[in-house]
Amino acid sequence: MSNLAAESPTLADFGTDVWWIIVIKVVGIFALLVALTLFAILFERKVVGRMQQRIGPNRVGPRGGLQSLADGLKLAFKEDIMPALADKPIYFLAPVIAAVPAFLAFSVIPIGPIVSIFGERTPLQLTDLPVGVLIVLACSAMGVYGIVLAGWASGSTYPLLGSLRSAAQMISYEIAMGLSIVAVFLYAGTMSTSGIVEAQESGSEVSAFGLNFDGPGWYAVVLPVSFIIYCIAVVGETNRAPFDLPEAESELVGGFHTEYSSLKFALFYLAEYINMVTVSALAATLFLGGWRAPWPISIWDGANSGWWPVLWFIGKVILGLFVFTWLRATLPRMRYDQFMRFGWKVLVPVALLWILVVATMRVLSREYDFNAGDIALYVGIPVLVLVMAVVWLWPDKAPDPTVKEGVPPTTRGAFPTPPLDLVVPPSPPLIKRDAVAAGKRGGGKRA
Amino acid sequence: MSHAAVLAADVVSSGEAGAFWVLGPIALAGAIGMVLSRNAIHSALWLVLTMLSLGGFYFVQQAPFLGAVQIIVYTGAIMILFLFVLMLVGRDYSDSIVETLRGQRVAAILLGIGFAGLVGGLIADATSGVESVGLAESNADGGNVAAIARLLFTDYLLAFELTSALLITAAVGAMILAHIEHESGSRPGQKEQSIARIKGPRPQTLTGPGVFARGNSVAAPALLPDGSVAEDSRATGMKMRQPPAIASGSIDDLDDVTVDSGANRDGVPT
Repeated sequence: MSNLAAESPTLADFGTDVWWIIVIKVVGIFALLVALTLFAILFERKVVGRMQQRIGPNRVGPRGGLQSLADGLKLAFKEDIMPALADKPIYFLAPVIAAVPAFLAFSVIPIGPIVSIFGERTPLQLTDLPVGVLIVLACSAMGVYGIVLAGWASGSTYPLLGSLRSAAQMISYEIAMGLSIVAVFLYAGTMSTSGIVEAQESGSEVSAFGLNFDGPGWYAVVLPVSFIIYCIAVVGETNRAPFDLPEAESELVGGFHTEYSSLKFALFYLAEYINMVTVSALAATLFLGGWRAPWPISIWDGANSGWWPVLWFIGKVILGLFVFTWLRATLPRMRYDQFMRFGWKVLVPVALLWILVVATMRVLSREYDFNAGDIALYVGIPVLVLVMAVVWLWPDKAPDPTVKEGVPPTTRGAFPTPPLDLVVPPSPPLIKRDAVAAGKRGGGKRA
Repeated sequence: MSHAAVLAADVVSSGEAGAFWVLGPIALAGAIGMVLSRNAIHSALWLVLTMLSLGGFYFVQQAPFLGAVQIIVYTGAIMILFLFVLMLVGRDYSDSIVETLRGQRVAAILLGIGFAGLVGGLIADATSGVESVGLAESNADGGNVAAIARLLFTDYLLAFELTSALLITAAVGAMILAHIEHESGSRPGQKEQSIARIKGPRPQTLTGPGVFARGNSVAAPALLPDGSVAEDSRATGMKMRQPPAIASGSIDDLDDVTVDSGANRDGVPT
């Protein structure tokens, strides 16, 4: 066990790498992100296809596997258009500003434990800081500029509306996202990403009903409210459906990137998918135990050493991407006022209350030496029962008297089209076949 | 830590000096660009550059928390709000170069230099005799983040609370000043409009111009499947084109036309 414990890096392990190790890590992270982007685009189209009873792309490469590569090549050869009314330097800079922070944010994500690269022992993470997670927040804050400036510099109405929406949306949801992470900081006692992964190695010992066992270490289980708020907030933060209001196709054509084409558009696309990968990776790091193996695999002693953790980590990231895709395939886009109200009046107050509860619990358990299991038993379960009771016993909303229940109008030309009482005439082949059959029968009788 | 001894002394490491000589000119260029830009958005962006460089300075000087907060709060939130307001003002808005007060520019330059000298002199005077305790000393218990937290929640708690009270007062005041009271129900919001549309006779969007038509101009009215013009697709404020000739015919004529053109395209004589 001491061997395994030595594998997890601490802050002192960073900043001591040889230069070529740093180069390998930088190139490796870049390659990983680009490969994950290509994968994510294909994965999303395949999964959405399956969810809509389709096959998805299946023409380019084996089982459609090279589709996103082909799309990328096609995008690069498209005509690059500069609108006449564009603010040229900013129009040019905006996609770069969107893409660069997306890459930068991944530099503090721990991909694995200390491994050996060509004989050098080094943690599988580019760098870490005492404020590691804040770096990711800072990068996502800078990424907003790319989108906002793109919309403004295009010199066109829809992009401007998209960028205004995006500015308001990303700032609002960044607050909820930042607040959701605070509880993790309180529990882990550190803001460094490698420290947070290490803090989730094992949970505190729980003794309930005379049984002693290790509680869950993952913060998704320990801090479920934080996890849920984080998951909702990052969907708004990455402009993904159902919160993709800055590029709402039915309202704003393409939103902030309406006027962009060719490689500049490709950069926005890249940035969006890398942001998805980054927030999934951050979710894995903060809430799902980072690179550590999930429970059934973690029984195997070698699961958390060497290069295996990279596999568990990528698996958790792909799980995050799947959830993003699932949301997109399932939920309709929200209305803008609903979206803002939800962010400010639900997510932020709930996050604040939750921080209050978590901080109180932390202080109480430190001052009075409570056992986590006792707290779960005597506080958690009654609260859970209370919440369930309230949810079940809450009176249903009274039906709106102005809504007419019953059969919708069936006059021709009214909505819905076609009318619900439409009688479909039988298809011509069926008529012919029936006629032939009837004729045969008739002929037989006659004979 | 091996380099703790270096950090404790008043020595600027070569890396820190290099970062200073890279970031310093960038920060200055940002400040100068911000003053000289005619376009308000460009000014704001130059200011963003300066703030980013300042964040970089904090990182280089081993104050990572301050650096991250500088970038998240100042460049990430405050400057975005600046941009938000500037964009609402309009993109063609730029400073007028006509002087409305005579001699205003000269006076502004002189006063600016004087003020900079005053502030710079005071800061130099206040900091010249200060002996730094060194990084190892100030980060002794728990590191940079914990040290800041300890100071904020012990010695400077009152100042911290007063500042937040001031900020909240300012935010509430701004909201009250800018708020326009609407009698509830006097103006339909997005929700009411949406409900009204779904309950109304036509929940779907209006027909776009050019549907089933032979042109995609906004002036071409949409045709219904029977060939007649869809009245609600007529654009307002423009002279609509005459509907095409098939519009007068029946649906069978439309079928014939399609078949004919297809035959011609394939080179089969009709």
